[in-house]
Amino acid sequence: MTIATFDAVPTALARGRGGGGPAPTRIVVAYGFWIFILSDIVMFSGLFAAYAVLSGNTARGPTGRELFDLRNVFIETMCLLFSSYTCGLGALSAERRQPARFLIFAALTFVLGAAFLVIECSEFAGMVEKGAGPSRSGFLSGFFTLVGTHGIHVTSGLIWLIYLVAQVIAKGLRAAVLRRLLCWSLFWHALDIVWVGVFTLVYLMGDFR
Amino acid sequence: MLGRLSWAAIPFNEPLPIISAAVVVIVILAVLGLVTVKGWWPYLWREWLTSVDHKRIGVMYFALGLVMLLRGFSDAIMMRTQQAIAVGNAQGYLPPQHYDQIFSAHGTIMIFFVAMPFVIGLMNFAVPLQLGVRDVAFPVLNSVSFWLTASGVLLINASLVIGNFARTGWMGYPPLSELAFSPDVGVDYYLWSLQISGIGTLLTGVNFVTTILKLRAPGMIYFRMPVFCWTALAANLLIVAAFPILTATFVMLLLDRYLGMHFFTNDAGGNQMMYVNLFWAWGHPEVYILILPCFGVFSEVAATFSGKGLFSYRSMVWATLGICILSFTVWLHHFFTMGAGADVNAFFGIMSAIIAVPTGAKVFNWLFTLFRGRIVFRTPVLFLIGFMVTFVIGGLTGVLLAVPPVDFVLHNSAFLVAHFHNVIIGGVVYGALAGYNYWFPKAFGFTLDEWWGKASFWCWLIGFYLAFTPLYVLGMMGMTRRLEHIPDPGWQPLLLVAEAGAIVIFGGILCQIAQLYVSIRTREQRLDLTGDPWNGRTLEWATSSPPPPYNFAVLPRVETIDAFWHMKRRGQAPVEPAYEPIEMPRNSPIGFVTAFFAVVTGFALIWHIWWIVILGLLAAAVGVLVFGWSENREREIPAAEIARMERARPGLGRSA
Repeated sequence: MTIATFDAVPTALARGRGGGGPAPTRIVVAYGFWIFILSDIVMFSGLFAAYAVLSGNTARGPTGRELFDLRNVFIETMCLLFSSYTCGLGALSAERRQPARFLIFAALTFVLGAAFLVIECSEFAGMVEKGAGPSRSGFLSGFFTLVGTHGIHVTSGLIWLIYLVAQVIAKGLRAAVLRRLLCWSLFWHALDIVWVGVFTLVYLMGDFR
Repeated sequence: MLGRLSWAAIPFNEPLPIISAAVVVIVILAVLGLVTVKGWWPYLWREWLTSVDHKRIGVMYFALGLVMLLRGFSDAIMMRTQQAIAVGNAQGYLPPQHYDQIFSAHGTIMIFFVAMPFVIGLMNFAVPLQLGVRDVAFPVLNSVSFWLTASGVLLINASLVIGNFARTGWMGYPPLSELAFSPDVGVDYYLWSLQISGIGTLLTGVNFVTTILKLRAPGMIYFRMPVFCWTALAANLLIVAAFPILTATFVMLLLDRYLGMHFFTNDAGGNQMMYVNLFWAWGHPEVYILILPCFGVFSEVAATFSGKGLFSYRSMVWATLGICILSFTVWLHHFFTMGAGADVNAFFGIMSAIIAVPTGAKVFNWLFTLFRGRIVFRTPVLFLIGFMVTFVIGGLTGVLLAVPPVDFVLHNSAFLVAHFHNVIIGGVVYGALAGYNYWFPKAFGFTLDEWWGKASFWCWLIGFYLAFTPLYVLGMMGMTRRLEHIPDPGWQPLLLVAEAGAIVIFGGILCQIAQLYVSIRTREQRLDLTGDPWNGRTLEWATSSPPPPYNFAVLPRVETIDAFWHMKRRGQAPVEPAYEPIEMPRNSPIGFVTAFFAVVTGFALIWHIWWIVILGLLAAAVGVLVFGWSENREREIPAAEIARMERARPGLGRSA
């Protein structure tokens, strides 16, 4: 192969302008997962748009103002926001190779995430009981789909967390496991960002409508 | 037990679908039988089905597109024939409900399973080579992407035999696509095959954005990337930003159909135009996902075969990125007749005219690249010239349609049909075929036959004009699209010309098949021993044809645009480098396994066989968990083996 005979790249090029050759695996994995999260957020934006279009189409059924209990939703929101905080602390402990601390924060994160899900499920069940299920009106279709898709994401995030905790216990905090933890924490924080949108657009604006 | 599935699903009483289905099934069984008799399964499984090599995956994508081109084309010629004979009192040979399935399947297949595999196949094959690296960022994911696309193909073709396909057109507009008006499985086939392949496409987008932004040879700063890589970057950014919208939209329609929700229904607060808006918020970027990489191919072809650097590389890059952004601001021109009002229509009309500007800049760049070049008239160059003429005409009729008052007259007419075939055949198909002729020697180590290649070009060019110029005229005469019966006998002569054009295009496809056959038969005389048959400019020509699994024994160092061209100009004597061991990803059956479960689950969802759905999802979950636990995904090629492979390469020893 003759190409290799050419001079090395001047070091100035290697900085900042992307001339430094292929990035290390950790960067590539996290970057790729970040792009995937962006695509997930685009999908949510489609659901947000649909909800915004349909939010007034109640078909003479119940409105958001009648259905939403802001106190409950506030508790739910706090659970998720604090789970992001504990998730961050867990990530830091993992980076510092402190498995015991990591496990404690992972457990806290799991409990807070599960509490969020329990509150959400009871809210959904209460609405269905009142005859305000997803097939009642365009508004409720949009509501259940947007909030429910977020809930499915939280559920899969929790399953993923259990799975990663099992990996940490079985394999320790080695590089491959740390990369997976990094992706998971990106995912978990992104769910928080989406929830901020849900809380504002669906619940706060719905209550003042 | 089997949901909606019963023997009634197979159309025994309709001769046409059952005969064509039987032919397809016999051909597939014959191929499988041949592979079994010849004992090729171990080779196929090891080298292709489980391969995570981007070059192999690219070839499989392109082959998939070629096979589906035959399917999509047979739909086309059936429609043209029906319209040519079902005039006045004659009813033609296709009943309306069958004709409606054919035009829906034609559009769906040609966009999702011909054009997309062509474009993604070329990107898969060429991008890592052009970047001077060994594979994409996530090779196993790449294999999963391909196999999910193949799953969508299998499902959509199953609708030929079992049940039926959608009768809604390829966009699946509600309320027609809602359960109330399409109660059978047709729309479900449409939705699930596109959802499954759409996930594959999205993962391709994630993979290639990461590859292009994070994995390049040392020294390859952004403004030294080949233009094809830039266009691939723009197309994959569009995939990441646009395909999730389609996924969300189809999820909503599926929820309407499966759980009785009211996103797009007539009653209970649904909104049909929301579907149309969301669909085109994906759909317009989608046409640029298809055309931008083809612009990239033409840029490479123009520079290579005129022996000059591309004219105004930077303006080409900025035009590409400009189109990438602007493509999200024009979606409403697909339905000016929605009645959004003069202000909204004016905005989208003006944006649609503006997006033609960077495209026009590109055409001038190609022209100036050819200007005073020493042009070698190989097949890709013919496609380039045919493209420039044809695409400009298609672009002009597009700008015409972007004027809202004109669109109100021509909306959904044969004029529109002619316009988008003009840009898709003249742009995407010509681009894909140019890329196929251009990179084939790199993939297989021998060139394609020129005579048959040129014959196929002339058939595609003449056939296109014969088939679609009449449709422009017919559109102006008032003919709408998707007519199963032609009421006005005055339209028949032009429809017969269009039918003749379709037959000439068929000649072009036959020439391509002949070209492939002849080239394989005479491959000993057309071997590419240098790895650089066209006197190329970019890094894919720096390695052997076909490249070794690791592409480059030592990553090339890049100091300029057209890196390989400048390496050749310097003409330094070859010195053998010190080879080092290379880590490459191991083959993985996970893509193939995923496809198996995706097909089974998708089929069960279409037919409401819930227990299989649950089993399929469980199996998918187990698969993810097993793969997510594994660590040892790479194998090391020892330095001695690399040295042996490199020394065996015939090209080594020539001055590069």
